Amino acid sequence: MGNERHLRRVILRRKFVNILMLTLSTLTAMYGLVWLFWILGDILLNGFKFISLQLFLNDPTPPGIEGGGLRHAFVGHFIITSLGALIGVPIGIGTGIFFAEYGRHSRIVKGFRNVTDVLVSFPSIVVGTFVYALMVKPLGHFSAVSGSVSLALLMIPVIAITTDEILKLVPNSLREAGYALGAHRWQVIKDISISAAKRGILTGVILGIARISGETAPLLFTSFNNNFFSTDITKPMASLTVTIFQYAMGPYEEWHRQAWAASLILTFGTLFFFITAKAVVHGMRRSG
Amino acid sequence: MNSTPLKIEVKNLNFYYGDVHALKDINLSVYEKRVTAIIGPSGCGKTTLLRCFNRMHDLYPGNRYEGEIILHPEEVNIVSKEVDPIMIRMRIGMVFQKPNPFPKSIYENVAYGLKLKGIKKKSVLDEKVEQALKGAALWEEVKDRLNENAYSLSGGQQQRLCIARAIAPEPEVLLFDEPTSALDPISTAKIEDLIVELKNRLTILIVTHNMQQAGRISDYTAFMYMGKLVEYGPTEKIFTKPDEKLTEDYITGRFG
Repeated sequence: MGNERHLRRVILRRKFVNILMLTLSTLTAMYGLVWLFWILGDILLNGFKFISLQLFLNDPTPPGIEGGGLRHAFVGHFIITSLGALIGVPIGIGTGIFFAEYGRHSRIVKGFRNVTDVLVSFPSIVVGTFVYALMVKPLGHFSAVSGSVSLALLMIPVIAITTDEILKLVPNSLREAGYALGAHRWQVIKDISISAAKRGILTGVILGIARISGETAPLLFTSFNNNFFSTDITKPMASLTVTIFQYAMGPYEEWHRQAWAASLILTFGTLFFFITAKAVVHGMRRSG
Repeated sequence: MNSTPLKIEVKNLNFYYGDVHALKDINLSVYEKRVTAIIGPSGCGKTTLLRCFNRMHDLYPGNRYEGEIILHPEEVNIVSKEVDPIMIRMRIGMVFQKPNPFPKSIYENVAYGLKLKGIKKKSVLDEKVEQALKGAALWEEVKDRLNENAYSLSGGQQQRLCIARAIAPEPEVLLFDEPTSALDPISTAKIEDLIVELKNRLTILIVTHNMQQAGRISDYTAFMYMGKLVEYGPTEKIFTKPDEKLTEDYITGRFG
């Protein structure tokens, strides 16, 4: 009888701990979600009323003159980010393949891999100043392409590490099956490893692009800013992030409104890209 | 031993994983179009020996072969550094312990080895894929779904697909590394029938920890223990009146 009472007490305590832990973990999850939705809601409320067609079609007007837009920054942001991805994606994937497939048994490569792991969380402003010293200073002026290079440097570690991790998940027995048929190393990598890991690699690419699409710091020292519409990548170019930074800090009411609108479009644009790309990658699973 | 032509001769083979001496002075004759089984307790080196025949050990650093594995009729030494392992693997196929189809369609799985051999013509590929699938007794089950992913097949079907993939490029020798250890009895029986059928066309080496299986399908049996080849001979003799006490103890289930 006493034994049963003891057992009941133990069970009661376990139930209590169970409820406590569940509550705590729910609260921590809520904490993150509250901020996220607060920020999204704030941007939506403040930004939505300032969105207009002229925002996309017109370039900036001098302060005080109505009818200005941010076409230059939208186009500039698209160019800088796309060029960054164009440079960063192949190098990132290549690095990941090298780590996982060629450097599997090498201690030196393992060292490189660890350094890359650290680079994933490297302060982006340092990358900006680095590219400033590397490209902007020697060339003598800011340029969009130097902005793209610094964004590429930021995304390479993200893509390399994801690619490496995903390729390591491909069972070695698949590679052996390829070799046993007489395939060369590159054929095994191309036809078997990458083919088996392609969805994961694409997810890494999406993560990499998401990582750079909202960056400001590295662009401040590289692509800088431009109040005029430009598609010349050797010249300074406006980006949404730097423009938001400049407009939000500026003294004009009109600038603040445009900064809100630009924040909204940047945030939800990135979100939209992320969700669409994920859905596309997810859809690939079914078709094999 | 008899007048059947030799296909492979292992001569004083030693193999090292780094400092570990895994195979010790192996001598073995493999006869053409016969099934040779390699049996022995876990860790005796039977899989290690099998993987010497297609130089799979070359994929990992620190491995070393000594001695010779002579492939007839040209009498090339398989484990010689001058011999390109890719050439060997095109002539000696392998089926693994667990079914390991590529994450591609059934058709692409079988066609892969053919494409590696440089066959590009669709009509030739189609024909050879069909032949290989028929040879692996899988054609009737998959002929209407060749473009489906190989993972949609059952485990036993996947293993037969792997056999089809291995025989499609028409190798001279096929290595089986415990091909039924992950399968149910019915799938196992199908694979065993298949192996017996295949020996009309090629030479087969099979590693198995299932002695009954060796008894059912092999013509010759090699018994290994602690990296050494203890006894080798016609299966019937190994199973009924082996020369070595150790072989008898293993066969009768006294250890292992």
